[in-house]
Amino acid sequence: MKIKQFFLGVVALSVLPVVAIQVEAAQPPLKEVKAAKGHVSTANTFNRLLEKSKARNLPPAEDGIHDPDNDNTHVLQPPKIAYDGLPTTPFGNYVDWVKALDTDLLQPRYDRFDATIEPLIMDLDIVREVKSTVPDVVFPHKPHTQWLHCSNCHPKIFIPQRKANVMNMSGILLGQQCGVCHGKVAFPVTTQSCTKCHSKPKPADWKPPQSETSLKEPWR
Amino acid sequence: MYKSALIGLLSMLAVMVLPQAAHAEYADVVMNNYSDAAGMRPVVFPHWYHRIRFRCKVCHADLGFKFKAGGNKITMAKIIDGQFCGACHNGEISWSVENCGMCHSGIAGTPTQIHGSTVQRLVAPTYKKLGNNKK
Repeated sequence: MKIKQFFLGVVALSVLPVVAIQVEAAQPPLKEVKAAKGHVSTANTFNRLLEKSKARNLPPAEDGIHDPDNDNTHVLQPPKIAYDGLPTTPFGNYVDWVKALDTDLLQPRYDRFDATIEPLIMDLDIVREVKSTVPDVVFPHKPHTQWLHCSNCHPKIFIPQRKANVMNMSGILLGQQCGVCHGKVAFPVTTQSCTKCHSKPKPADWKPPQSETSLKEPWR
Repeated sequence: MYKSALIGLLSMLAVMVLPQAAHAEYADVVMNNYSDAAGMRPVVFPHWYHRIRFRCKVCHADLGFKFKAGGNKITMAKIIDGQFCGACHNGEISWSVENCGMCHSGIAGTPTQIHGSTVQRLVAPTYKKLGNNKK
């Protein structure tokens, strides 16, 4: 019996690579399969540009950035352990950091030495009217000053002068103004998060400005 | 025998088929200004881990970290001098610099970046690398 098992093992070891190579060769690349029914361009692949990661909050050794060959990588804390019990969002780290702070689930220090120092909180909402049809923006100072210091934003990123801060979403997406943090560390700019900033509905009588060309030549 | 051969085949196929893309945590910063050149793994800074313990203000106002991945040109010389990471990673507030691999834990060759940023997720590339970039 033992000899038979040994024999089987040897056969398996010697045959395995051959079988594997044969199967590899037997599996034609995707393009040739399609060629049987006529050439089909790969440009028509469903959701060609939609890269969606199904894996969330992976441990460092599996996240594709940390080196699993590094012993210390396996000592680092996996994010899922830390996020247990924290309020969730559908984007970013999938953690609602502001809510976690508001509900005292987290108590991050405001000073690196003294845990008793309280942040300098300012509760002032700034409303910015938006040209487009989306709701106007309400900027709440409160959650921002809970995390940051005035000097982080003023006067360099946001100039303390009326009408001096011209903003648009293109600039924000590329990392200017709000985009210095939002889209990098603070909640990202995605379709699900638009209304977090664009939160004040337009007045009931508000109508979107019409393009000059459509006023001149209305569609009949 | 068939079983072992099948397992071998499946594992081979898995290695070939599984995506190799990075699924790191949102806002993980990779810093590789000098690491690769010095034969060290690049540094991975987990924003999430630090924001659980400290507010943004501590590093970005008190310690002077700029809001730009790789923009602070951090070196070990500055760290042992008590600047940047060295303000806490000194054996007083957090573990000290002899734990090299805790920070230098990235896969060699990973470029400096902030992982999962909007710019990374845009479908069309937003900028081209400058040819005459001064180092």
